Amino acid sequence: MPTVLPTYAIDQSEVLHVDAAGTRSAATKGQTPITTVRPMVTKQPTGEVTQPVKIRAKNVDFFYGDNQVLHNVSLDIPEKSVTAFIGPSGCGKSTFLRMLNRMNDIIDGTRHTGDVLLEGSDVYAPSVDVVLLRKRVGMVFQKSTPFPKSIFENIAYGPRVAGLRNKAKLNEIVETSLKRAALWDEVKDRLNGSAMALSGGQQQRLCIARTLATDPDVVLMDEPASALDPASTARVEDLIFELKKNYTIVIVTHNMQQAARVSQRTAFFFQGVLVETGDTRALFTNPTEKQTEDYITGRFG
Amino acid sequence: MSDQHIEYAALLKRRHRISTCFEWVCRIATGSALLFLAVLLAGVIWQAWGWLDIEFLTGFDSRRPGKAGLLAGLWGTSWLILFTAIFTVPMGVGAALYLEEYATDNRFTRLIKLNLSNLAGVPSIVYGMLGVTAFVRMFGMISAADGWTLAVSLGFGTLEIPLPLGRCLLAGSFTLSLLILPVVIIASQEALRAVPPSIRHASYALGATEWQTIRYQVLPAAIPGIATGVILALSRAMGETAPLIVVGAMSYVAFTPGNLDTPMQAVQDPQRVLDAPFDVFTSITIQITNWIEQPKEEFQNLAAAGSLVLLILLVVFNATAIVIRNRAQKKISW
Repeated sequence: MPTVLPTYAIDQSEVLHVDAAGTRSAATKGQTPITTVRPMVTKQPTGEVTQPVKIRAKNVDFFYGDNQVLHNVSLDIPEKSVTAFIGPSGCGKSTFLRMLNRMNDIIDGTRHTGDVLLEGSDVYAPSVDVVLLRKRVGMVFQKSTPFPKSIFENIAYGPRVAGLRNKAKLNEIVETSLKRAALWDEVKDRLNGSAMALSGGQQQRLCIARTLATDPDVVLMDEPASALDPASTARVEDLIFELKKNYTIVIVTHNMQQAARVSQRTAFFFQGVLVETGDTRALFTNPTEKQTEDYITGRFG
Repeated sequence: MSDQHIEYAALLKRRHRISTCFEWVCRIATGSALLFLAVLLAGVIWQAWGWLDIEFLTGFDSRRPGKAGLLAGLWGTSWLILFTAIFTVPMGVGAALYLEEYATDNRFTRLIKLNLSNLAGVPSIVYGMLGVTAFVRMFGMISAADGWTLAVSLGFGTLEIPLPLGRCLLAGSFTLSLLILPVVIIASQEALRAVPPSIRHASYALGATEWQTIRYQVLPAAIPGIATGVILALSRAMGETAPLIVVGAMSYVAFTPGNLDTPMQAVQDPQRVLDAPFDVFTSITIQITNWIEQPKEEFQNLAAAGSLVLLILLVVFNATAIVIRNRAQKKISW
């Protein structure tokens, strides 16, 4: 029985909260301190989705050529909350995430069956414009991918390609986006400096800010902290926690403690099958499936 | 020391010896290549000494070696390369962009990509024959006897396009373009492939269209590589002789294309610019070939002087392009 790990996961969040607090104070000045937000995790009622459903997947199968990587996945993602996808490498969690904004379209030889509904309408319907879809459903990748341009140009790219030319408006968007991503104080004096000169953690927050600049409803994150050091990871996690007030967030992670810390709901994928989904706390303390229990107690994966 | 250690020490000495030997083999390989280049250069300079002067650069070819000059070839080569670049760059880069960014990976596109490498290896004289058929004679659709001229008035002059094109400069440029297109396409494809896919994905994920992704992310990152390929290909075109002979470049011409002898004349009389592409032409390489074939000894010196001019042009051309490329590269790094 998983008697030790669930408490460990929560303990871990308390520990992180304490030692991240010192480094956080400077960057998040003027924002709601995380300390008031954290306890919400513990207050979250166990049980079914209480918030309205933002994204609903129904009986989704996905194929790379003849290789089926997702089997009959059905899942609801609630609005303005963090949903985590966990599971071992190759379990299909990233593929499923990339289905939500149709990034898999770019790969030749892929196909799917089943429906993905964003606010009730099928994102794979022929009438859907993927450019608009990707503006509404933004994405942050595992490896930070700043464009080889200035910090300003990176953030302004999304609004610019959408046709915004007004310099004052762009300035405003760049500032709010950087502030939301808790990066403003660190870069406000060098907006015209190269984004490539930022540290790894800063680059990843830049990528988050860049995504926020397009004013999305949903932010997908594919292992956003896996290439970062612990301090940067803590900052990104704090940020995710902060963002869920305004955005629906879906995060793929290898790190179960991270899932436990930042998410309200967790979905466990294994070999292309969605094994179990539920309230994060419940899933970690009292998984119903044997495979989930084996995975979260570290018996494999 | 045990036997094992002694054996190891002996073997180690041998390993180091082999390593040093190989280093020397590589040194000799580099050195001999440089030596041949130096001998060649020295030979050309020695032969050209005293012949490469202002008169040589500003005079037309002559039966008398003392009066012969390279002006017709200089202008011919400049025009040829200008038009070749104008045709090759958009077509080559466009084709590479389509193959790398738009085309789906199927048997047909794979066949095209494979055959591009084959085309790059086809001897240049074959392209010359293609050029004669396609451009000079235009597949015989209009016989040269009852050929006609298409006149387009442009206000400052009249563009007179002969049909079929005949042995004109433009036919030469088209032929050279075909010759270097595969090289340009392959080099551009490689430059595009070197742009990390993550940059494209990030751009798409921010709601950019395919064209915006190409225009703002992919092309700026790939331009240094594309430029290198284009420069190398144009340098090759500059040095080509065989296809131009087949297409019908004149070995002895005593005037420049369009009678445009100085850049100033282009401003004074724009009609000459419009005439140039459809005029008969020669090139530096053709003039060199012609001089080598002459029985008089002095023509060999002229050929050397012509070679030297071509070499200097190539060096200046490549150096300028490298500077431009490096400036573009400085803006992009990851």
